[in-house]
Parts: sequence; structure tokens; C-alpha cells
Amino acid sequence: MVKKVIATTSLAGCFGCHMSLLDIDERILDLIELVEFNKSPIDDIKKFTKRVDIGIIEGGCCNSENVEVLKYFRENCDVLVSLGECAIMGGLPALRNGIPIEECIQEAYIDGPTVQLNSKKILPNDPELPMLLDNVYPCHEIVKIDYFLPGCPPRADLIWDALVALITGKEMDLPYEVVKFD
Amino acid sequence: MNNTIKFEIDGKIIEAEKGQTIVEAAQANGIYIPTLCNFSGVKPKGCCRMCTIKINNKFMTACTTPVADGMEVENNTEEITDIRKSIIELLFVSGNHFCPACEKSGNCELQALAYRYQMMVPRFPFLFPQKGVDASSPKIVKDQNRCISCKRCIKTIEDEKGRKYFAYKNRGNKLEVVLDEEMAKTMTDEIAQLAMENCPVGSILRKEIGYIQPIGTRKYDKKPIGSEIEV
Repeated sequence: MVKKVIATTSLAGCFGCHMSLLDIDERILDLIELVEFNKSPIDDIKKFTKRVDIGIIEGGCCNSENVEVLKYFRENCDVLVSLGECAIMGGLPALRNGIPIEECIQEAYIDGPTVQLNSKKILPNDPELPMLLDNVYPCHEIVKIDYFLPGCPPRADLIWDALVALITGKEMDLPYEVVKFD
Repeated sequence: MNNTIKFEIDGKIIEAEKGQTIVEAAQANGIYIPTLCNFSGVKPKGCCRMCTIKINNKFMTACTTPVADGMEVENNTEEITDIRKSIIELLFVSGNHFCPACEKSGNCELQALAYRYQMMVPRFPFLFPQKGVDASSPKIVKDQNRCISCKRCIKTIEDEKGRKYFAYKNRGNKLEVVLDEEMAKTMTDEIAQLAMENCPVGSILRKEIGYIQPIGTRKYDKKPIGSEIEV
């Protein structure tokens, strides 16, 4: 059987969903029989080197780089999966939605109770830095997403069941206990 | 005089008593009709539309409609399931429901309905409205981000003299359920607990007991909402 190609990325996420992927424990040995990884933080491949079957997206879009990476994934992947609450609805980063960017930056770099070392009151302004978006956006509001796997993080069993179904082309039969929003 | 009424739900013949609502009659016969704003013991309001059913080919709310002889009720059809799912999705996008950061997660009826109807993502765009949190009272936190204005707290939470703790404020899309500041000062732990339990979402939370129940032991962790009714 030809191995399916998988790519993963973490946008405005915490890498918790990737950690949950590793939580499939010894089944990871079965997984590498079924798939090969392309662009992913797991193998540190930075650019797509071939067409990818399944792209897994963790995290929503909070800045211009996230949008660029997400569009890059859409162009190079046949199927895109939003993994976790942040990719699906913005998640905790989206708590800033509705608060003006200036206020967020001011709080984070100047007024916040844990800010101690910024005596010159410098705000990040390097042109290399991605621009923050006005809101944190769910991935499916930027590009077309084919499947959604909720959870914070999604249960390892949910990721496993869904991945196996996608790889083998079978219908997803997800048990009640594994589809949770927290 | 015979008070028994016979009618049909999804083709199954149901016996009910005169005066019962369809929700009550269905429940007594082991059929679950999902509800959210409806609360046992208080007059039904029919505002959330979760219990939408089709009677003789017309959409009605099952919590407010009394049973009648010969009714043909549709409950578990593809069309009605999709309508109910869309109502849940609308509630999710019209508030700020951050389940991972909510103390009510696992015990929340709105979340449990989303699980039951297998909502993976709402079909509508998220609105992220700006809402406040009132943590000024000694016993509870009132979080407007999660409130679905179901009125259950207003109808059921009162002191021994019948004075209400909660009330509506403003109108239209600015409507909010608020806690009376003066009443809040005298709120007991028992009333605070009851208010939290009667709230279908995580809008009313007792202070200092958050996340007391481990994941896996909460109300809707293992079994879907309504499974206790279904036979």
C-alpha cells in the first residue's frame, strides 16, 4: 500500500493538539506503517516537498503569518483538518476579539502586572514580525476546511480513529466519549 | 370521564393524560424531546425552540403544546434534527462559549446538546459579541458571555418571601439577565448552588468551587443528555 502523506502545523495554538497526537502511545508504530510525514514540526520539514494527502491544522489565525501558512497548506493538501478548539473557533487566543489591538499590546508590553524589564517602554515594531489581525479567526473562515475534530486538546483516541478512517477511506465512526469540547 | 388521550410520536402510539404537554407525555413514555429553556415545575415559555416538533405537518414547540387526541407528532426526523442542530449552532455563535475555559464544561446542557447532535463546528460565522462579567457579588459570578437568556434563573431562584434574585435588564439585542445587587448580598450558599444548577450553561457559577469534579465523572462525560429518559 502506498503510504499516505501527512503534514501538520501549529498556528495560533499551544502545541497541545500535537502533544495529544503523540498521546496515541504505541499506536504511533502502526501510524508510521500507514503514513509518512511531510512539512511538520514533528520532522522539522519547513517546505512542502510533495503533494500531501492530509493536512492537520492546529490553532486559529491571529496574525498575517498564520494566514499565509494556512493558505500554503490549502494549496498543497488534498484534505485539510481543523484539529482542536483554536482551529475550529479561535479558542483562548480569541478571548481578545473585540478588544482593540492597541489595548492588547499596551497591556502585554507596558501595563501588565508581570511586565518588569521593559523600562524603555518599547513596543514590538520590527518589520520582520507578522502583523496582528484585528480578530483571531477560525481556520474555516479563511480557507475551506474539510473536517473538524473538536477538543482542548482533542482526545488521542479521537485523532487516531479519525486519522485511520481518513487514511483507509472508511467512514468515521466516532464514539460519544471521545468527541468533547474541553 | 376518561382523561386518557392517544396520539402518535414518530408512528408510535402514546397514551397521555389530558393537560400534559407533549414534552411531559413523551418523557413518561421513554421518548426524549430536547429542551433548554423549559424547566420542570415552572410554566413553559417556548423561547429557545429546541423542542421544535412537527404536529400534523406544522412546526410547534413541544414544551408549550398540550397533548390532543389523534395528534401526529414528528420528533426524530432528519428535518427536525437539522433544525435543532442549527438552533444549537446559533446559540454557540451568538455568545462567547469558550468550553475549554468554562467551569461548567461537562455539566452544561447546551454543550451536552451539541454533543448529542454531533456539532463539530457551527455552520454560521462566529460573532464574538462584547459582553461583561459581573463578579461583584460575594457568592456567584454572572458571566454574560455565556448567558442564553432562557429565564430559568429568573423563574426559579427566589428567597423565602418570593423576592427574585435575577431580572431582565434592557430590551431587544441589548437584553441581559442581571443579578440584583442588594439581594446578592444576602444570598446563601444553598441558593447560590441552586442558581448554578438551574442555569443550563456556565453563566451562573458559584465562587471558589470551580473544576471541583474531575474530567470523566461529570454529568455528560459518558452518556448523552436525554439517555436517562430514553428506553
